[in-house]
Amino acid sequence: MDLLRFITAGSVDDGKSTLIGRLLYDSKNILIDQLEALEKSTKNRTDGSVDLALLTDGLRAEREQGITIDVAYRYFTTPKRKFIIADAPGHVQYTRNMITGASNASLIIVLVDARQGVVEQTRRHSIIASLLKIPHVVVAINKMDLVEYSQDVFNNIVIDYAEVAKQLGLKNVTYIPISALNGDNIVDKSEIIDWYDGKPLLEFLEEVDTAHDIDLDNARFQVQFVIRPQTEELHDYRGYAGKIISGIYKKGDKVKVLPAGLETSISKLEVGGREAEEVFAPQAAVIQLADDIDISRGDAIVKTEDTPVVSNELEVLLCWLDDKPLQTGNKYYLQHNSRLVRAVVKSIEYKLDVNTLQQQPVEGGVKLNEVVKATIRTASPLVYDPYDQFVVNGSAILVDETSNSTVAAVLLQ
Amino acid sequence: MSKYHLDYLEQLEAESIHIFREVAAQFERPALLFSGGKDSITMVHLAKKAFAPGKIPFPLVHIDTGHNFPEALEFRDWLANEVNATLVVRKVEDTIKQKNLTEPKGKFPSRNWLQTYTLLDTIEEFKFDACIGGARRDEEKARAKERIFSVRDEFGQWNPKLQRPELWNIYNGRIHKGENVRVFPISNWTELDIWNYIRKENIDLPSIYFAHERQVIEHEGQLVAISEFVQPDASDVVLTKQVRYRTVGDMTCTAAVESAAANLDEVINEIIATRISERGETRIDDKVTEAAMEDRKKNGYF
Repeated sequence: MDLLRFITAGSVDDGKSTLIGRLLYDSKNILIDQLEALEKSTKNRTDGSVDLALLTDGLRAEREQGITIDVAYRYFTTPKRKFIIADAPGHVQYTRNMITGASNASLIIVLVDARQGVVEQTRRHSIIASLLKIPHVVVAINKMDLVEYSQDVFNNIVIDYAEVAKQLGLKNVTYIPISALNGDNIVDKSEIIDWYDGKPLLEFLEEVDTAHDIDLDNARFQVQFVIRPQTEELHDYRGYAGKIISGIYKKGDKVKVLPAGLETSISKLEVGGREAEEVFAPQAAVIQLADDIDISRGDAIVKTEDTPVVSNELEVLLCWLDDKPLQTGNKYYLQHNSRLVRAVVKSIEYKLDVNTLQQQPVEGGVKLNEVVKATIRTASPLVYDPYDQFVVNGSAILVDETSNSTVAAVLLQ
Repeated sequence: MSKYHLDYLEQLEAESIHIFREVAAQFERPALLFSGGKDSITMVHLAKKAFAPGKIPFPLVHIDTGHNFPEALEFRDWLANEVNATLVVRKVEDTIKQKNLTEPKGKFPSRNWLQTYTLLDTIEEFKFDACIGGARRDEEKARAKERIFSVRDEFGQWNPKLQRPELWNIYNGRIHKGENVRVFPISNWTELDIWNYIRKENIDLPSIYFAHERQVIEHEGQLVAISEFVQPDASDVVLTKQVRYRTVGDMTCTAAVESAAANLDEVINEIIATRISERGETRIDDKVTEAAMEDRKKNGYF
């Protein structure tokens, strides 16, 4: 059994919470006491019937105001897969929440209201999906019951969205007509939507092929922590613990330590205290090297024949996530996996309109939820790959030195 | 399936180990909050794997309410010794005396809420800057929204509206003096994931997780063990039942499950078949208000 992380994106009344509630409920991942609590809180409201959307409303503050504050994570399991849903709210601060939820997702469900068709929000969600390179897109055309399950309505939305997908370069797009409220094409195939011959949503989620989402060709590793037991029997032991970001490492591989550039080879590999002949992404491993080199947290160990970019002048896309605006010349910490370096934003070239993808001039500071192209200089070099080629080694964050907040998502270019 | 493929438990394990190593590297004085339950036992196992062949580079801290199952305490001491970890125990009893706190009353006098005082004092005593906890997001609605690195202010409070965005697998642990971070390495595990992992890794558990005979009383449909802390009223019928515990908390607030499951396979089968959630079935205190956990977290609870 494997794991699929996905995010649901929709605007306020697209029925996103109902869809998640329906997935959990119909796949029998809701338990009796949770249902009882649900019935109780529905009774506290005035409208009567059990509201599946309430299953996903978390905090009391939110229930009282009928809104969602932040990204919530939901879990459900079928015999085929374990699923982690990032449930991001669809209103103010949406971009910030969606980026948080989408950054770990391998699939996005874009909800479209069949009555509304492709709207501005749909485009915005899709642009974020394309910026973050989410590998799989499901366009769930919801509320089909309210358009009399019309195939024409469905087909027209597919034509409209295909245009958006083409413009954004989205690949692997799947369209499913659903009614979250009535459970059509969620877990079981809808009998009413008999003209649709694809899979219902859950079956699609169970079977979508994610094996190729992990890059096994280019080996990337960054040192998180140096293990030095310094006991009598392990006196000289020095192991570099970290996550295999991508690719495969084998015992004996010739490697280069970056940014210093020193070459050596792998003498021993371990996973969870057990020796291994090879290790691969996304394992948490320990690498030992043949030569005694000065290596510390944040250094990269890569194969000599395939090296990433090493630079302290970075072209980036910044998604600004903080209330305090960004000004040219501001200094931050930049964190790239475990590597933390000081950074200054040297220039801001343009702002990307997240509705139209057009480049616009930046006037004043960069505000919350804006996406800009910028140049950053770091105090010491970063070892990375362009995000478009290599998501896991091309992403970073900016941290405000004074507030310690995470203020930007950085996509290295 | 390619040989370069991790199943879901291996993926969860890799993620948790990554988090443990981030904590060890980013903080000067981290601690693992050890409750004695299966989740914290699983965390100790993961921490051991994260730093092997070295030892776990932070202490295990137990906030002892004084209402623990003796089996759990015995197991705690055995485990700390087994993995060669430093064990720090601080007692709620002492905090109650020092601070002249009011002991909870009633038939089930839970000190659950009072633990927060002892925890915050312990954090201050040792200047812990990161406390690793075993909370899972599937447990409860308030937990579903908490980050893996969750910053608490100097009063230990969680502010759900001011959480840092947590992007990709990059964890920002920078804090101001006096603040600390609660870290939840098993956020993405469910109850069943934990049990399946315990089986896969052959992790030892205290005996009370398996079927045994116990004298219990029935309280609102839940079975509560008779102990020095919970005494039957005249109206109670004392029953001898075969039970196991699905969670292990205090004797005053943890209910038993009637069961004949004597080994992991049988326990897991029962959990798969059950239609009641873990907290709903076993926690006597959580039913009080829907927002009970949210309130406790805001006040500095785990």
